[in-house]
Amino acid sequence: METNSHTAVSRRQGSGRDAALTLLVLAAPLGATLWLLALLPDVRAGAALQFAISWVPSLGVTLAFMVDGLSLLFALLVSGIGFFVVIYAGLYLRGHPLLSRFYLYLLLFMIGMLGLVLAADLITLFVFWELTTVASYLLIGFNHATAAARRAALQALLLTGLGGLCLLAGLILLGNAAGSYQLAEVLQAGARVRADSLYVPTLLLILAGALTKSAQIPFHFWLPNAMAAPTPVSAYLHSATMVKAGIYLIARLHPVLSGTGLWEWALTLTGAATAVVAAVLALRQTDLKLALAYTTVVALGTLTMFLGSDDTVAIAAAITFVLVHAFYKAALFMVVGIIDHATGTRELTQLGGLWRKLPVTFVAALAAALSMAGFPPFLGFIGKELKYEGALAIATEPLLVAGAAVFANALMVAVAATVVLKPFLGRPGRQATHRDGPAGLWLGPLLLACLGLAFGLDTSLVADSLVQPAVTAILGRPETVKLKLWHGINLPLLLSVATLTLGVAAFAAQHRLRALMDSVAPRLPLSADRIWDSLIESLKSLAAAQTRLLQHGVLHKYLQTVFVTLALLLALALLHGGAPSLEWPELTIKEWAAMALTLAGALMAAAARQPLTAICGLGALGVGIALIYLFFGAPDVAITQLLVETLFLVMIAMTLHRLPLFSRPHHASLRRGDALLAIAVGCAVTAALLLALQQPFDPATRDYFERAAVPEAHGRNIVNVILVDFRALDTFGEILVVFAAAAAAVTLLRGHRIRSRNGNGNGNGNGNGE
Amino acid sequence: MNSPILQGATRILAALILLFSVYMLLRGHNEPGGGFIAGLIASAALILFALAWGVAEARASLRVAPAKLAAAGGLLAGGSGAVALLSGLAPFTGLWLFIGGGDDGKGLPVSTVLAFDIGVYLAVFGSVLMLFFALEDD
Repeated sequence: METNSHTAVSRRQGSGRDAALTLLVLAAPLGATLWLLALLPDVRAGAALQFAISWVPSLGVTLAFMVDGLSLLFALLVSGIGFFVVIYAGLYLRGHPLLSRFYLYLLLFMIGMLGLVLAADLITLFVFWELTTVASYLLIGFNHATAAARRAALQALLLTGLGGLCLLAGLILLGNAAGSYQLAEVLQAGARVRADSLYVPTLLLILAGALTKSAQIPFHFWLPNAMAAPTPVSAYLHSATMVKAGIYLIARLHPVLSGTGLWEWALTLTGAATAVVAAVLALRQTDLKLALAYTTVVALGTLTMFLGSDDTVAIAAAITFVLVHAFYKAALFMVVGIIDHATGTRELTQLGGLWRKLPVTFVAALAAALSMAGFPPFLGFIGKELKYEGALAIATEPLLVAGAAVFANALMVAVAATVVLKPFLGRPGRQATHRDGPAGLWLGPLLLACLGLAFGLDTSLVADSLVQPAVTAILGRPETVKLKLWHGINLPLLLSVATLTLGVAAFAAQHRLRALMDSVAPRLPLSADRIWDSLIESLKSLAAAQTRLLQHGVLHKYLQTVFVTLALLLALALLHGGAPSLEWPELTIKEWAAMALTLAGALMAAAARQPLTAICGLGALGVGIALIYLFFGAPDVAITQLLVETLFLVMIAMTLHRLPLFSRPHHASLRRGDALLAIAVGCAVTAALLLALQQPFDPATRDYFERAAVPEAHGRNIVNVILVDFRALDTFGEILVVFAAAAAAVTLLRGHRIRSRNGNGNGNGNGNGE
Repeated sequence: MNSPILQGATRILAALILLFSVYMLLRGHNEPGGGFIAGLIASAALILFALAWGVAEARASLRVAPAKLAAAGGLLAGGSGAVALLSGLAPFTGLWLFIGGGDDGKGLPVSTVLAFDIGVYLAVFGSVLMLFFALEDD
């Protein structure tokens, strides 16, 4: 829907260039897929391949990658489905003026995802985790002209970003507990981590990251909102990859963190609740894409639920389901995109009878939906059987898991039926304007859906090459996984039959169910989406209130704030540090004179009624201080002080007429307050300095520079040698700061001048009051 | 300020102060001085000139925009720091060359450190003048 106008207008022009671009972009996922496939035999044999570049050696952080069974499975999904998505996007967004930008975001996301699942270092993993967050923000907000897309993008960014921060803290705790950030070592340190006193916060923080990313209750609402993205994005981010990042993380850290009651209950309960609630919400939707989005949440909930367990069958069920889901969900999203393209709507109520116009799409949709509903001989059936077997094998809460799985699966059956039957076979509605479209559009969904069938018919294609190594990696012990289509008549099969019956019933009663939900929904007191909105609103008003309080724009008050804070902090420090002992130093006459000059300057500036007098007083003070520097053996500092003082005086004198400082009579009370504050700050600083001087002086640094200046830096002026050689980087930073400050001041002055010139005709340079 | 005496004297004074600033810059490694101080001195020369002749005249006599001077200084300082990178050393490591130095004497010292100090000089010089000219422009 969102791109129809674009494609209609500009389909003809530049499609050759777009096709070339698509082919170029295609090379990335294709290359990655082939490379990963080439690694398959090694990984199957049980090897974990490592690639590492030292990154922050001082912190023990490396940019390290590792390919084992689990990461290979996810990486293959990322690159393989990425390949089909790129083909699809090239046609779906053909002629879109921002196609190249779209590919940039998509590739960025792909890199992030691949890095995330291949990372062999906790910090590397986190960095790529954040990259996927940023890239998904850009992708969801790709149609940035619509407010809904912007809101959804920001929501996803804030929520997953918040989760990311928790995750960072959790990973650091984990790294500390395990004694290493290397994944291989962390995975071996499970017993130590679980016995650690900080195990609970570690687990909770990591789960916060994983569960926000994978849209688990109560963070489930961002995923359906993210459907504002173009359909290829939904097919990619929200089916196969990004939302699975959380699942991957849970699976990855399973050997380290699992096995405790907290892990088991947290994952099982969150997963079950998510699956059940999302299944109900999915049935309610009439927008095809939204319905699919909610079924994605169901799938994620199911996966989370199963990963809570330690049982081989449960884990195998989860891994198989990852595969099943990636195939059918990506295919279905692409099908919805084709329907949207052809008819201009995704609204279920307006669609029907499309199979005549879109026969190939129909076949793809049917195959994908059958896999989703779990019909034999599709891979989905095997996945479902395994799920029930796994649920029953979970020792602690088999009824809960099996019940949630049956309920969620039944509604999935209903949704799958709705998504396919109504648009393609239902009473004819909005007609398709064109037929299936170019092969590139339907090739992806058709192939993916057919893979679901092929893998179902011949499970040996995936069982011991993909699923078994992944399960082995998760459980950390060699496992044998057998996927079979026919297990004989047993409890899982009976549950399957129950699921189908329930699903058909739900499908038949869907109108009544939807009406019921629509009447109940407005009466519910809570909606996660609305709570989020009010949270964001209150955060904004808090920010506005504190900005009004702190950033009032009155220079006088800013200075007061700074000095009051300084005085209070120093006073606090002095309370702890004790009083300085006062000793009268031995001073020569010239030192007395310099001190007298300084004091006289200060008094003169403070008591002055005329601005010029005050400035002269300040100048005298500055010269006095320069003299003191000179007498105590710091000629460089003295020269600098003198020069800065001179230039400062000249500049102040030149700009005096612009400053409002003396243009209005100071209120006597204001002056008295300022004087008190000045005295307080002066006393506090003096006391602090005296106290600091009483600390024993450590001459190590000075001795080093004195010794090294001539032999190492060929200079006898230690101050300069430090500035340009030993500490040259600092100096470089400082001159950049000087430059930046000057540039900022010039900009401000120009802006002010333009404003006062444009603002009022009689502006005479006095327009910059408070 | 329209004073013929000041204007006349300034032409010579400004030149002398500029010369002095270069002297301060070059001696800085062994005696009090250095890029920062020299940059301040040099800007004092131009500021004096601007006070006597006006900012427009001072800008014209400088020929180069102060912002460009400052930027060039920053680049020179950064570049001299990057030279060490090319030799595989840590950035801002001082590299020295003693031209004509034999067994008897050290020769003429040329170093990245000197280039760095000149960069500091230009950056300070340009920045102060940017600010001053902007204050006085109308």
